[in-house]
Amino acid sequence: MLQASPSPTSSLAARRPGARLAWIGQGFLLLLAAVVLYILITNFLKDPPLFIQVVLSGLQLGFVYALVALGYTMVYGIVRLINFAHGDVFMVGAFVSFYAVTRFQLHAWPAAVFPGLPAGWVVVIGSLTVVLLSMIVCMSMAVTIERVAYKPLRDAPRIAALITAIGVSFFLEFFGALYFVFSPRFIPYQRPFEVVTWYIKDGIHLVQVGQAPPPGSITFSNIFLIIVVASVLVRVVLQFLVRRTKIGKAMRATSFDKPTSRLMGINVDGVISVTFAVGAAFAGMGGVLYAIAYPSIWTQLGILPGLKAFVAAVLGGIGSIPGAFVGALIMGQAEALTMGYISTPMRDAVAFTILIVVLLVKPTGLFGEAAGEKA
Amino acid sequence: MELGFLILSIVKIVAILAYLYGLFWAMGHQNKIVKVAGIVIAFALIQLALTVKFGETQILNDFDRGLVFQACTMTMVALGLNLIYGFNGQFSLAQWGFYGIGAYTAADITYRWNVRDARGLLVAGIGVILGGLMILAVSRLVRRYKGMPVLSQFTLYLISCVLAGAIAVYIGNAINPALVPLFGTPDAPGILASPAVLQVVFLLAVLIAGAFAAEVSFLFGLPVLTLGSDYFGIATLGFAIVVQTLMVNTDTILPFPEMKGGRGMIGIPKLTTWFWAFLFLIIIIVVMRNLIYSSTGRAIMSVREDETAAKAMGIDVAFYKLFAFVVGSLFAGIGGGVYAHYIGFLSPGTFDFLVGFNPLIIVVFGGLGSMTGTIAASFGWIFFLEGLLRVLLSQLGTEAPTWRYVLYPIALLLLMLLRPQGLLGNVEWGFLKRPVAALQAKAAGR
Repeated sequence: MLQASPSPTSSLAARRPGARLAWIGQGFLLLLAAVVLYILITNFLKDPPLFIQVVLSGLQLGFVYALVALGYTMVYGIVRLINFAHGDVFMVGAFVSFYAVTRFQLHAWPAAVFPGLPAGWVVVIGSLTVVLLSMIVCMSMAVTIERVAYKPLRDAPRIAALITAIGVSFFLEFFGALYFVFSPRFIPYQRPFEVVTWYIKDGIHLVQVGQAPPPGSITFSNIFLIIVVASVLVRVVLQFLVRRTKIGKAMRATSFDKPTSRLMGINVDGVISVTFAVGAAFAGMGGVLYAIAYPSIWTQLGILPGLKAFVAAVLGGIGSIPGAFVGALIMGQAEALTMGYISTPMRDAVAFTILIVVLLVKPTGLFGEAAGEKA
Repeated sequence: MELGFLILSIVKIVAILAYLYGLFWAMGHQNKIVKVAGIVIAFALIQLALTVKFGETQILNDFDRGLVFQACTMTMVALGLNLIYGFNGQFSLAQWGFYGIGAYTAADITYRWNVRDARGLLVAGIGVILGGLMILAVSRLVRRYKGMPVLSQFTLYLISCVLAGAIAVYIGNAINPALVPLFGTPDAPGILASPAVLQVVFLLAVLIAGAFAAEVSFLFGLPVLTLGSDYFGIATLGFAIVVQTLMVNTDTILPFPEMKGGRGMIGIPKLTTWFWAFLFLIIIIVVMRNLIYSSTGRAIMSVREDETAAKAMGIDVAFYKLFAFVVGSLFAGIGGGVYAHYIGFLSPGTFDFLVGFNPLIIVVFGGLGSMTGTIAASFGWIFFLEGLLRVLLSQLGTEAPTWRYVLYPIALLLLMLLRPQGLLGNVEWGFLKRPVAALQAKAAGR
């Protein structure tokens, strides 16, 4: 049979159309999906509360990824650059809040300035200050990075900018690992507020300190609520920024066609800086929330969440804001469910497998063309 | 001591670069005798420097010996990456993963052989050969159809390779009991336990490691190379991360208790001599150079320059992308095999994807699409950063390793800003030059 096969050049016309064999690949994917579904459904039926618990933890992770993915997708949409340093900006956000809380007690400033303030207000205002500080530091850092490292290379080949981005990322990681900066150790993170946990079983009850929630209940904490609210808020703010403001219009124009928008009187460099700043601010917020949720920080904390957020942005269709959001939620679910039911070490593998599969089936990502929303 | 050490290190770096220049000059000479003599002398020089002692001092001490071997393996890996990235324009970060795959495969084969278990060699060897045959057969089959979706092709290849692996495991387990008596006992070693056989097994192990890495890269590259350049970069980075995750879990997820997961694999026979390292290095350099200056090489480069134009010229872009990727991974796998048997200890930390940026940085420093640049940068990098800078900085305090990693991104940034084509640009030395000039001179002489 092998001898009879035609040579590749001589008989192109004699070759049979292979498009009819698409079912092999689709069948493979369906089989894969069926196996995954089988695992999920059997586990759901075995212990529904546990399954919902895993989904909730996946949501928590996904909303944090969403904060980072928004920055990735915005920057990529405008300058077509995988900003590897974005994950490290995220890390810096976590560290800034750590120092603000642990060294300088910044979260307690309202109590020191206004002694009569109720405790609840102190916590809320103090925590918000910490988050704002992280956001501002990250913003200024991202703008500096953009000005120093990326701007001179804007007309160079894209690969040069990509390598520069990797270089900046390395620099932040290892400069941070010096002892007089952040130190290379894992550092336990002190939260600016207390964790309060509730459980759901015949209504919502507070979990008392030192008590375990009853078996078969679903627990969630105020951290989960804060992350969800913050993430949705950011999504709304960003939508407003991109859709309703002048700078948002400029961003959309720049991502669509840089030379033309320059001709139309748009300060392209300024718009790019603003984009970096906005993305970095969200990453800084994400860093604080991530550290609050998973309270152990070190200088390479940002690499994997950063990569997964980028994968999420690609998954949703790069350049699309709703896409990044949905992609991040999918990524969080995939990771949590993998950790829960397949194998904990393979959590990173799943993210990249999903990326490859999605790009093969739909190269533009889930929301790539349909939304058409460039930021 | 420090000034003396500094001068000595700089002399060593200059000497090694001069050595490389001389080697390539001799290899590129038209006279065959000069060619062979040059290679033999180049081999003998380092061999002597590694063995001959003047009283207490040795020209290349044990520390330098380590650097030489590291530089050789790094050259193999970086050359492979240069083929993929520099010549073919595919931004790959998976090279370090293939390097790790090669290292673990080769190490497992010789390790098992040393504990009187031929299954490593049998299964891996038969699996690689069968897998290769299966891939060839399926590719003939696939070629009968035009426009077959990549996913379907991938499924067919995957099924055939899994089948080949299963058959290899079955055959290996069946043959092994027959071979075990030939190893003899520790007191009375049999024929298979002799050092000469071990050398042959080492050679086979390195080749199998390269072939295995190449087959994995084929399976991985087939679907992933159809993605765009940035997406390809991220997917390959993901591959490197997944490979490292699997290495940490070799004893739990994968069925290889002898690799000991995150604790690191010990007891690998240290079989890499300067002879083997030099042999593999020269073979890879020659193969690479001949490939680049062949019509295949021109096709590979045309894909980098402009995919659409290349397609219009009748070049099978997908094939040449895959080809460059597979050959590059083959080099990395061989480099991994050599490395594993030089160092004798493998730990997943060595194959961390952060370390995996090193070959990329070497390729960029040396100049994309410059073989000389890559080779010189590999040797210079290892001798400068691993040798000189590590020792110098370790005098300053405990933060030395971190400072190295702080300094080299800065160097990378400066390079990108000031000289984006790399330090050596398009310069090629002697043998690595495009052979047209030599041929023209020959033709004019006649």
